[in-house]
Amino acid sequence: MNICVLIKRTFDTEEKIILTDGIIQEEGAEFIINPYDEYAIEEAIQIRDEQGGEVTAVMAGNEDGEKELRTALAMGADKAVLINLEEDVEDGDQWTTAKVLSTYLEGKNYDLILAGNVAIDGGSGQVGPRVAELLGIPYVTAITKLEIDGRKVKIERDVEGDVEVIEASLPLLVTAQQGLNEPRYPSLPGIMKAKRKPLEQLELDDLDLEEDDVEPKTKVLEIFLPPKKEAGKILKGELEDQAKELVSLLRSEANII
Amino acid sequence: MNFELTKEQQMIKEMVREFAEKEIAPNAAKWDEEAYFSIEIFKKMGELGLLGIPFPEEYGGAGGDTISYAVAVEEIGRACGGTGLSYAAAVSLGASPIYYFGTEEQKQKWLVPMAKGEALGAFGLTEPNAGSDAGGTRTRAVLDGDEYVINGEKCWITNAGHARQVIVTAVTGKDDKDKNIISAFIVPTNAPGFTIQCNYDKMGVRASNTCELVLENVRVPKENILGDPAKGFKQFLYTLDGGRISIAALAVGIAQAAFEKALQYAKERKQFGQSISKFQAIQFKLADMAMEIELARSMVYKAAWLKDQGKPFTKEASFAKLFASEAGFRICNQAIQIHGGYGYMKEYGVERHLRDIKLMEIGEGTSEIQRLVIARQLGC
Repeated sequence: MNICVLIKRTFDTEEKIILTDGIIQEEGAEFIINPYDEYAIEEAIQIRDEQGGEVTAVMAGNEDGEKELRTALAMGADKAVLINLEEDVEDGDQWTTAKVLSTYLEGKNYDLILAGNVAIDGGSGQVGPRVAELLGIPYVTAITKLEIDGRKVKIERDVEGDVEVIEASLPLLVTAQQGLNEPRYPSLPGIMKAKRKPLEQLELDDLDLEEDDVEPKTKVLEIFLPPKKEAGKILKGELEDQAKELVSLLRSEANII
Repeated sequence: MNFELTKEQQMIKEMVREFAEKEIAPNAAKWDEEAYFSIEIFKKMGELGLLGIPFPEEYGGAGGDTISYAVAVEEIGRACGGTGLSYAAAVSLGASPIYYFGTEEQKQKWLVPMAKGEALGAFGLTEPNAGSDAGGTRTRAVLDGDEYVINGEKCWITNAGHARQVIVTAVTGKDDKDKNIISAFIVPTNAPGFTIQCNYDKMGVRASNTCELVLENVRVPKENILGDPAKGFKQFLYTLDGGRISIAALAVGIAQAAFEKALQYAKERKQFGQSISKFQAIQFKLADMAMEIELARSMVYKAAWLKDQGKPFTKEASFAKLFASEAGFRICNQAIQIHGGYGYMKEYGVERHLRDIKLMEIGEGTSEIQRLVIARQLGC
């Protein structure tokens, strides 16, 4: 079983987002593997351990991403590929990432490609499906269970809290939803071994891509923080009066009714 | 000169921090309250390879360095001082002496299971009348045929209640200057005549296991002597030098936890119409705390680095231990002060740090002994 996991490096979930002149400040921030991608890595490792084969972790990013790829190797992935866009791509979007990743994956004959359902930063959830489209293979998003029997795949996916059961066949791309598994901690021997595992570094040139090929198809107009949460209001008085006041506030102040 | 952790060290730090925040920190208050040593958490740490960080892969370890180990101690200590103490003692005192001084056979038999996290070990040096004053050691070992017969008492021995074996120091004779010769023995805890009681009611580090040992005609095979029979004293001095780095790292971890709570509280607590972190009186405290933590951590890393380079590190280990523990005590004390009355309440979880860190000024050589060690290194 030839498995590939697509990984993104994102802000730590506890990191505070600071905007300066409409740009998110990355200086001094802690970065992690996108948590949904961790489910994808864990699933890939489990499948490999059961069925044999190899797990490759792939990232389109910059050289700082090496740390997250090494973490994937420490968890148990066999090799990693870092496609470094730093020099060539100034602005990218989901199209850019999907184009880069699919060009790399083209002709590599992976049986299964796993990605996170969404990234916790951009949150578009588009890169996985786009890669599958570009490769011309089927995809299933937000999966919570995966069973592979030969070339046949049985999947459970999360549909707004309900479960949808799907049958598919390899080759296939799936995106991992919370609940798929419990990602392991990279063990100490794993961390030490990760140093010696292969990590290939590529640039656009190596994929025969030009900057124009990956030019973003969208444009960011503005980035802003959500409005500050206003202090809550506690109503006082008789229960009946409170209910009346609540209804009137919902009408006049909150504009909900 | 490079002040950055390597990628591996950084990954270890992140892994241990995540593990400690999820698996240890939520239980720390309860374990402190109930004086509960969690063997389950040590099983998990063993599975992750934490108990074998500084030992080579051939002995079941991870082949990491002392800096990685110090980083791990700090992160575990940040979550729970008691668990951090037991962790530091398991690696630095339980396992390290066998790695440093053991024969190949002893390493295979005793070190490998510890490095793999399948067993814990303890180090029995302190006695009611002897600790840093090793000359006062009363425990005796007498050769009888192919076995040593050991009699004596040990006190405040960390992890002994869960250990597979304890390294016990004992007097085996006198040298030509009429000074006691001290040797070290590997004593299985299931040996007949070996009684271990863990009933101490401690002020802090209550999640660590602390025991009293009584050895009554305990017989161990001759080959259980550890290292040079005549150099037990020198060996444990070297062991303690290494242990001091870990105690210093633990002090940094506990102080870091207290500081983080104080900083957060200072930003949230409003008095006289603003956050108390806007008052210089509080700002100066926080500035001093942050500075002392950073200085202590730098010294820990330097001592660990010297050890990894195979250079002398006795003085630096004492610097680190002495400064980190004393600064840590100040920091934990100020953390309570910043919390005011709330800090005095258990609910806020800062008073535990002060109780925990007090031990750092006592264990593995008191502050006074550290000053003696340093002065001796200066040639006094």
